[in-house]
Amino acid sequence: MPPDIFRRRRRDSLVFFSALALLTAGAVVITRYDVIKGFTSVFRAVAWGASNFYPDTHALTKLPDIARKLWGTVLMSVAATTVAAVFATLLALLGSRTTRTHPAFSVLARGVASVFRNIPLVAWAMILMLAFSQSLLTGYLALFFGSLGFLTRAFIETMDEAGIQAVEALRATGAGYPAIVLQAVLPSSLPQMISWMLYMIDTNIRDATLVGLLTGTGIGFSFDLYYKSFHFHEASLVVIMIVVTVVAIEAISNCIRRIIIR
Amino acid sequence: MRQEVQSPQPPLLEVSRVIKHYNGAKPALNDVSFTVRKGEFISVIGPSGAGKSTLLRCINRMIEVTSGEVHFDGARVSQLKHAELKKLRSRIGMIFQHYNLVDRLTVIENALHGRLGAKSTLAGAIGNYSREEKSHALEVLAMLGLGEHVYQRCDRLSGGQKQRVGIARALVQNPAMILCDEPIASLDPNASRIIMDHLKKFSKEMGITLIVNLHQVNVAVNYSDRILGVNSGRIVFDGTPDELTTERISEIYGAQSDELIEGLQKQYAT
Repeated sequence: MPPDIFRRRRRDSLVFFSALALLTAGAVVITRYDVIKGFTSVFRAVAWGASNFYPDTHALTKLPDIARKLWGTVLMSVAATTVAAVFATLLALLGSRTTRTHPAFSVLARGVASVFRNIPLVAWAMILMLAFSQSLLTGYLALFFGSLGFLTRAFIETMDEAGIQAVEALRATGAGYPAIVLQAVLPSSLPQMISWMLYMIDTNIRDATLVGLLTGTGIGFSFDLYYKSFHFHEASLVVIMIVVTVVAIEAISNCIRRIIIR
Repeated sequence: MRQEVQSPQPPLLEVSRVIKHYNGAKPALNDVSFTVRKGEFISVIGPSGAGKSTLLRCINRMIEVTSGEVHFDGARVSQLKHAELKKLRSRIGMIFQHYNLVDRLTVIENALHGRLGAKSTLAGAIGNYSREEKSHALEVLAMLGLGEHVYQRCDRLSGGQKQRVGIARALVQNPAMILCDEPIASLDPNASRIIMDHLKKFSKEMGITLIVNLHQVNVAVNYSDRILGVNSGRIVFDGTPDELTTERISEIYGAQSDELIEGLQKQYAT
């Protein structure tokens, strides 16, 4: 008798969801998290936000000040990402199967990417603060190292996908390494690489806020200052402006993506 | 079409006692020797895994031989330094089963890639082509019937068109020899015929030497001056198409040969 594939499918999903439910219940019990209270407090938080956390007319007078801080943060995120992208491209050329000059470099490049990527951004900021204290440079470098790890990994995968075939063909014509990279590998990979870079810029603008909280710079610091001095109206304005900026940047990068990836 | 030896012209290519070991116990090429004269059209046939691709790539040193030597136009290929090897490769075109184009680039850009081997490092890196190189590439593309597609991206082309771009890339090298690795294995019969007719023309009219890996015996018989049969890394047949009898075919292909021969007879019957 052939195995009943439908029955097996049903059994598999039953097992999976039972395990998930058990895990959730276990976590709730162990942490003594009150689910009902958790949900009801959401409504209270919303009610509090609606009565306190909105920009009033006084907060709007701070708008130019906040905008300037936000603009600085955006520029820093862009700079950290683009510079990281340049270095990530070099590392990826060493790391990708299609372009590597020696397998040992490939292992090295992938290793560097993995270490940088797996250290959380906050940890980067903390570590760098020891060296550079609370300054713009700390935030910049934290974003730079995080982006470098992520982009190197993404670029390696992009170049691997572009494939070794055209590289083989150009090698057979007698073309040198620089020509192979610039005439075959990059033309195949660049649109995807730019797309990853745009994604990284989006992410970094969001993360810059958090890093700014720690390093005492940029828009994150403004939020911290307003919030801790109970200027909730101003703090809410900061949040709204961050959200608007991130959405706008995301819209712009989607637009660019549509044009370059065809 | 094979010319009798009239003048003691030195061979263009001489492969002598080449052995290639990958990591396995059996060598991919086992004591392979043959010579090729200028302008010859040679097909290499044999079952999959016989070592045809390896053989082709040992000629332009895309793969290093384990022992033995390849002489091309007087040069000892295994002894060449980096710059000399690039120069040698620039005189040998190569065509691939999967075309190996940069799909996102246009037809003309891919064709001009054939010039990169002849350029300085900087000019090659920035892709700086002269007016003469561009007009030559345009002529070659027109000759291959791609005149209307010059500025089209290669991912918009059919398989047969892509392979003609691959051929154009090899031709703009002004090669003395072209190595073709299964050039028609991914193409339909009609596109295959167009490609093979072009290749035949290069050998007859332009004096370009051609070594073509094929797995269609009938195509090899119809187009070649000479056929090499490879099995398990050894050359087991070296002769004209006329000499390739059904017994010889079964020697080359071993157990796979029956259906091949049947296919051949069917083709001759029609």
